[in-house]
Amino acid sequence: MHTPTSTRAAVGAVYKMPQEHYLNSTYGIRSWLLTTDHKRIALLYLLSVTFFFFVGGMFATIIRIHLMTPRGFLVTPETYNKLFTMHGVAMIFFFLIPSIPAVLGNFALPLMIGAKDLAFPKINLLSWYLYILGGCFVLYSFSTGGLDTGWTFYTPLSSVYSNSAVTPAVLGIFINGFSSILTGLNFVVTVHTMRAPGMTWFRLPLFVWAQYATSIIFILGTPVIAITLLLVGLERMFHLGFFNPALGGDPILFQHLFWFYSHPAVYIMILPAMGVISEIIPTFARKPIFGYSFIAGSSIAIAVIGFFVWAHHMFLTGESVYAALAFSFLSYLVAIPSAVKVFNWTSTLYKGSISWDTPMLYGLGFIGLFLIGGLTGLFLACLGLDIHIHDTYFVVAHFHYIMVGGAVMGYLGGIHFWWPKISGRLYPEYLARVSAIILFTGFNLTFFPQFLLGYLGMPRRYHSYPPEFQVLNVMSTAGASILALGYLLPMIYLVWSLKYGTVAGPNPWPATGLEWKTDSPPPTENFLVTPEVTWEPYDFETRPDLELDHIVAGKLPAPAHGDD
Amino acid sequence: MHRTGELYGQFETLEQQKESAALGMWVFLATEVLFFGGLFMTYTLNRHYYGTAFGVGSNTLDLKLGGVNTVILILSSLTMAMSVWASHIGKRKATTAFLVATLILGTAFLGVKVIEYKQKFDHHLVPGHHFQIDYRAQHPAANDDPKEIEAEKEELSKAFAKDPDLNAHAQLYFSLYFGMTGLHALHMIVGAGMLVWLIRQSIIGRFTPTYNTPVEMIGLYWHFVDIVWIYLFPLLYLIDRHQ
Repeated sequence: MHTPTSTRAAVGAVYKMPQEHYLNSTYGIRSWLLTTDHKRIALLYLLSVTFFFFVGGMFATIIRIHLMTPRGFLVTPETYNKLFTMHGVAMIFFFLIPSIPAVLGNFALPLMIGAKDLAFPKINLLSWYLYILGGCFVLYSFSTGGLDTGWTFYTPLSSVYSNSAVTPAVLGIFINGFSSILTGLNFVVTVHTMRAPGMTWFRLPLFVWAQYATSIIFILGTPVIAITLLLVGLERMFHLGFFNPALGGDPILFQHLFWFYSHPAVYIMILPAMGVISEIIPTFARKPIFGYSFIAGSSIAIAVIGFFVWAHHMFLTGESVYAALAFSFLSYLVAIPSAVKVFNWTSTLYKGSISWDTPMLYGLGFIGLFLIGGLTGLFLACLGLDIHIHDTYFVVAHFHYIMVGGAVMGYLGGIHFWWPKISGRLYPEYLARVSAIILFTGFNLTFFPQFLLGYLGMPRRYHSYPPEFQVLNVMSTAGASILALGYLLPMIYLVWSLKYGTVAGPNPWPATGLEWKTDSPPPTENFLVTPEVTWEPYDFETRPDLELDHIVAGKLPAPAHGDD
Repeated sequence: MHRTGELYGQFETLEQQKESAALGMWVFLATEVLFFGGLFMTYTLNRHYYGTAFGVGSNTLDLKLGGVNTVILILSSLTMAMSVWASHIGKRKATTAFLVATLILGTAFLGVKVIEYKQKFDHHLVPGHHFQIDYRAQHPAANDDPKEIEAEKEELSKAFAKDPDLNAHAQLYFSLYFGMTGLHALHMIVGAGMLVWLIRQSIIGRFTPTYNTPVEMIGLYWHFVDIVWIYLFPLLYLIDRHQ
């Protein structure tokens, strides 16, 4: 049994940081703000999404503190409306949706397919600037009156009656939408045309398949919310009547148009995380993934079927029973490919050689929490049950299990998994494991009580509640404080590792992807020689070129002296 | 990424670069279909709900001007295709000439649109406080044909009988009219800007039989904007004109 610290020390003893790499090849703020290097753009995104994570987290903190007492002691009801709205807008549009695609996707995708960069590097930079511009408009909205419509912007509250800063917010989200669209476009073209020789579709890492499926959703779904929010803005500015019943408009039309994007959007948030897990599990079970083509196909299936379930958010709007039946049935159908993934990950673990490194802890946490979140989604898709739990904390718990327990853990797992490649350094392993466990504990304490609250009838988006719900609410808030610690610790030790972490070398885990065959950190052009791929993905057993990496990482014994 | 000649550094070959550009443009056009699609969906549903008001609205649109614009755009697609062909066979002057023709036709289209929009403004058909569907019927201009005004008055009284909220619903029609044609016009303005850039690149001799990707890609975009109009024209101008 090897101990992690000695492996790290061994690795550090073997490798030195490369002389020139993408971080030090050029200097100065202009070389960062005008970069077209996908790796630098990924880091620009890393900083910006982390900023918005703090913004959204700040709103969540105030909400949770306020909900410690039944009457709500901290803020007025109007302010409370603004808090949950801004929490949702910041987290969904400016953290969750860009996080894995724009940070990990941007960084790793070209490396994983053996390309020098994405197909359109300048458009990649434009994507980031659009994200920043959209973010500025939204921050302007937050600081000049806030937003109280819910992140769902239901009309006519958002388009007519709200007195909050709706127009700049919808403009900001509109602009941010084009950031997403261009990223999706870039990924699709890159995967089609820029794979290295020998990198056929079915040799692609599953993270790439996941990004591809996500990009399809970016491309087809985001334009619809763009036009919808544009119409809300126009309605508000010029008193038009698309969604205002008083002028002959239809608020339900808004809901259909909104959810047509926003349901696939949740698959934008989870598919990339599933892609990360599909990279982590085989690496830390040291076994090829079970059912590669089914996992690849299930990503596409989720993206496609996900476009046909949107009205399950509208079961209580008076839609026809037949429509509701169809949407409920399709919602059950879309769970099947997700289940296929969970079964395949579990089968990969079976009889694998398990390492408990931090990415694996996040990966295992993901599988369990996604299971709960996904299954409770089925509860909600059941028409009879939804009548009782719609608009309660049951829904809130469900989506936080998927978005936080799933997507955020996938994101953090990916950050830790690729950190050596990004920074050239290893993070402190023991502290990171402790942090992952703190996060997992805090998460469950925060959100499991919310399932109970919802089931018992506590409505969502209410600033106050009946006194009998207080214990569960206080539990949830307590959990949130532990969760916050779980988020803060990585921010501290990852930054610390930039200077003091052990040098990682090209392939510290070791993993089988192409990205691990180049230096850590990689040179600007990614590969000194264009790689040629002759092996199948996750081929731990027969890759001779990985043997040295396994020895250095302490996973294989070193050859006795005299064997050279 | 640096550029050697026309080849950008992230690509291995010009062929790969061209393939990427083409796929990228088609994917972008797919996003535009979904973008306009939301608006078209809204229009279609509202036409279904408020057929009377939308018919009245359609009637106020000038079929002659709309028809002229349709012909102009189709011609401009032809000249655009000709410029792509000319660049394929290395005819620099012809490429430039056809691009200029496309730009002139596009500008003519926008000019006609300005005339149409001005008409709407004069007749109080711009959504807002002053919107009044029967303004022209009540306040005919000196050079308006009296028979036409009579016919309009009759049509309006029948329409008001069928739909007491005609003014509000007609305003919805015009919101969509300006939204859809406005969005389309914006796309044409962007297209015109790109044509200006293309013309300059063509004049300095950038396009050869081996490299004419920008001409082709912008050509694709121009054809797409044309197709949007082909849908807009019947939807807004032609359906249910006379009920």
